[in-house]
Amino acid sequence: MTIAIIDYKAGNCTSVLNAFASLGVEAVVTHEADFIAKADRVVFPGVGAAKSAMENLEAFGLADLVREQALSGKPFLGICLGMQILFEHSEEDGGVNLLNILPGKVKRFPDTPGYKIPEIGWNQVNGDIDYYFVHSYYAEIGPYTTGRTEYAGVTFTSAVRKGNLFAYQFHPEKSGKAGLKLLKEFVSC
Amino acid sequence: MLTKRLIPCLDVRQGRVTKGTKFKNNIDLGDPVEMAVAYSDGGADELVVYDITASAERRPIDIKMVTEVAKSIHIPLAVGGGISCVADMERVILAGAEKISVNSLAVRQPDIIAEGAAAFGRQCIVLGMDPVHSPKCPCGYEITTRGFREFTGMDALEWAKRAVDLGAGEIVVNSVDADGTREGFELTITKMISEAVGVPVVASGGAGKPEHLVTVFRDAHADAAIVAGMIHTGDYTITDIKRAMRDAGIPTRMSY
Repeated sequence: MTIAIIDYKAGNCTSVLNAFASLGVEAVVTHEADFIAKADRVVFPGVGAAKSAMENLEAFGLADLVREQALSGKPFLGICLGMQILFEHSEEDGGVNLLNILPGKVKRFPDTPGYKIPEIGWNQVNGDIDYYFVHSYYAEIGPYTTGRTEYAGVTFTSAVRKGNLFAYQFHPEKSGKAGLKLLKEFVSC
Repeated sequence: MLTKRLIPCLDVRQGRVTKGTKFKNNIDLGDPVEMAVAYSDGGADELVVYDITASAERRPIDIKMVTEVAKSIHIPLAVGGGISCVADMERVILAGAEKISVNSLAVRQPDIIAEGAAAFGRQCIVLGMDPVHSPKCPCGYEITTRGFREFTGMDALEWAKRAVDLGAGEIVVNSVDADGTREGFELTITKMISEAVGVPVVASGGAGKPEHLVTVFRDAHADAAIVAGMIHTGDYTITDIKRAMRDAGIPTRMSY
């Protein structure tokens, strides 16, 4: 099985690689379109700002390919900014159009007394298991939301699924055993 | 609800975890990778690893050690010591760390915070500060550097605010007065900084009993806290501390 981790210079992929390696699965960090298209599974990570991530994706000529792969029915996993970019639009940096694969908008957490921004740390998904989050922006609840989390007075999308497209706002690769379990499910789905 | 993070700290010296009081009387505690795995499995919410002799020996951080630790755990990892430029930060991030802690370097070259935040995102840049109680500064605390050896005359609260303006994504407040005492965190400066900045504040120095963690979260509004000696010696486990936190009504991650 080949897993392609899409490299578009939006954050580092070492922890994602390490997490797959601990499951005995070798993944490849790449921006080669052919390799990504032929891979059995595709991981779309991302940390940082939406605007520069979208610009990098266009610069690598990968925006259409990511859209295609996410809708191909092949197992596809978006993580953190890699989840947000799948939505329609983000209000980050004065407004950025995203890949528009999933309906909904990405917004900034409102300044709320008692809450620091970014949200950094472990928070519950659907009131149950804790996963590790690092983010200042969030995706609204939509028709494909499968996980909900609360912060700064907002209930946001922490997990989505549309067929074989899975995406998480949190970092499964840094969420200990609970996170590795999700990656294992992705590898075996 | 976002939980309060409990963060074990490993001080590494020549490839081994050590513990000393105020940088003296260092005792060998074990292998960093083995201890990182044990703490990660035992419920640590994050791990901090400092290469404590890198700066004094004027060498870069032990990248091999960082790489091995990062491969072995799947929780957030912050590292510090021996970072002197953005290229050093990049090496640490590529080795698998999520966060880079800068302390004396940031005092000498504050722009390193902005440069690091621009290159990797502010969530990667942690400002470590070592304040000591001092009537000379308006907030009552002065910043020290180089392992408490040098006094800078800088006001701790002003420095915290400035670092956040420059791009620090998190601040570790390591009290010189409390460090190594195991008599509890320095609540006054922790609370003052936590309430003054919009980024998470990590309390450090002085943890000796589970009640100390309860107090620093409940009364000083810390977002996270560092523990070292009290767990390294085996006096308490992470679960012992987390049970006390949960029983006191503090949001705590209990399943791991």
